[in-house]
Amino acid sequence: MNRPKKQEFTFPTHINEYPTGPQYKAGFLPETNAGWRSVRPVVDHEACVFCLRCYLLCPDGTILKENGKIEFDLDYCKGCGVCAHECPKDAITMVKE
Amino acid sequence: MTNLVDIPKVNAKNMTEKEYFYGHKACAGCGGSVAVRLALKVLGERTYTALPAGCMSAVGFIYPQMAFNTNALITTFPGAASMASGIAAGAKALGQKDVKTVVFAGDGGTADIGFQALSGMIDRNDDVLYICYDNEAYMNTGIQKSGLTPYGTKTTTTPAGENLPGTITHKKNLFEIIAAHDIAYAATASIGYPQDFMNKVNKAKHTKGATFIHVYASCPTGWGTPTETSIEIAKDAVDCGLIFLAEYEDGEYKLNRNPKEFASVKDYLKKQGRFKHMTDEDIQCVTEHRDKKWARMRKQWL
Repeated sequence: MNRPKKQEFTFPTHINEYPTGPQYKAGFLPETNAGWRSVRPVVDHEACVFCLRCYLLCPDGTILKENGKIEFDLDYCKGCGVCAHECPKDAITMVKE
Repeated sequence: MTNLVDIPKVNAKNMTEKEYFYGHKACAGCGGSVAVRLALKVLGERTYTALPAGCMSAVGFIYPQMAFNTNALITTFPGAASMASGIAAGAKALGQKDVKTVVFAGDGGTADIGFQALSGMIDRNDDVLYICYDNEAYMNTGIQKSGLTPYGTKTTTTPAGENLPGTITHKKNLFEIIAAHDIAYAATASIGYPQDFMNKVNKAKHTKGATFIHVYASCPTGWGTPTETSIEIAKDAVDCGLIFLAEYEDGEYKLNRNPKEFASVKDYLKKQGRFKHMTDEDIQCVTEHRDKKWARMRKQWL
């Protein structure tokens, strides 16, 4: 597993379940960021040359390399549009949600 | 010093697919999070991360949402570097050899508030990589002027009006202040040139002792730019000469990018809301300051 997935947060019911200090497990994500988005990236696989510039520059790291193709993790994409703006082939367009 | 030829290059094709800064709550298009994400991808999983108060600690740890996938902790605002020194000493005492301690601090946490701890850390030459992501103001608390805010910036503590063009001081020369400590390795970078930034992080990773990287990272919220242009703005800043890419190692300065001609400063400034009020005289002042600085750098460093 390359990136953390959304997990359910269960509220502690017993004293033993509380963390011993102000700390928690690394990469524990009970919430998604999808609700922030008003536009969503869509990739044209014909035009994409797999240069990975979008992968490199995504502030949220939501671009996945799946079998030589670009895909988006829409749970955590905030729709900033950096990928579409930086794409040298204009293969990514931002579509209204 | 490690022989640099032996260090394997990290690029988009061969870098790890694991994400170490994921699901954070930074604003859309945040430049600082690009810097943190890329640096952690180069450094890898065996990294201790220390963050003082600032954007990256505010967006990374919203209990119980833990965006850092490495060992990470929040430090006091002025003590990030000393805490990292302690972590590095602890790792050494435990005999851990394959780990790196890294600090991600903003410009305020580096150049103003955290400066004495940073200076002490470099003096002791602890095995820590200190990365300062510079978005040119205290963005987390609502855009107040810091020591690295450039001339003419409109912030909430230096508002622009009829009498003053916002900030009236120039940017502190942080890179040369750090280099004056005779540090093992120091560099400046910009997220507009990500490969250059990753190479510098990689070099710092393989350097023993205190290392420092000053990375220019845009902030759409504080700068008044559209979210999609954050990388373009960081690139423009380098192209127009207001930000320079340089390295300091073995007591030598090296200018990585020495363009024959600069892009227009006015175009760069007028793209951003924080510089909208600037008159032609203010832009002239910025340009003159840039030319003076470059003349000195070219004379002394080349």
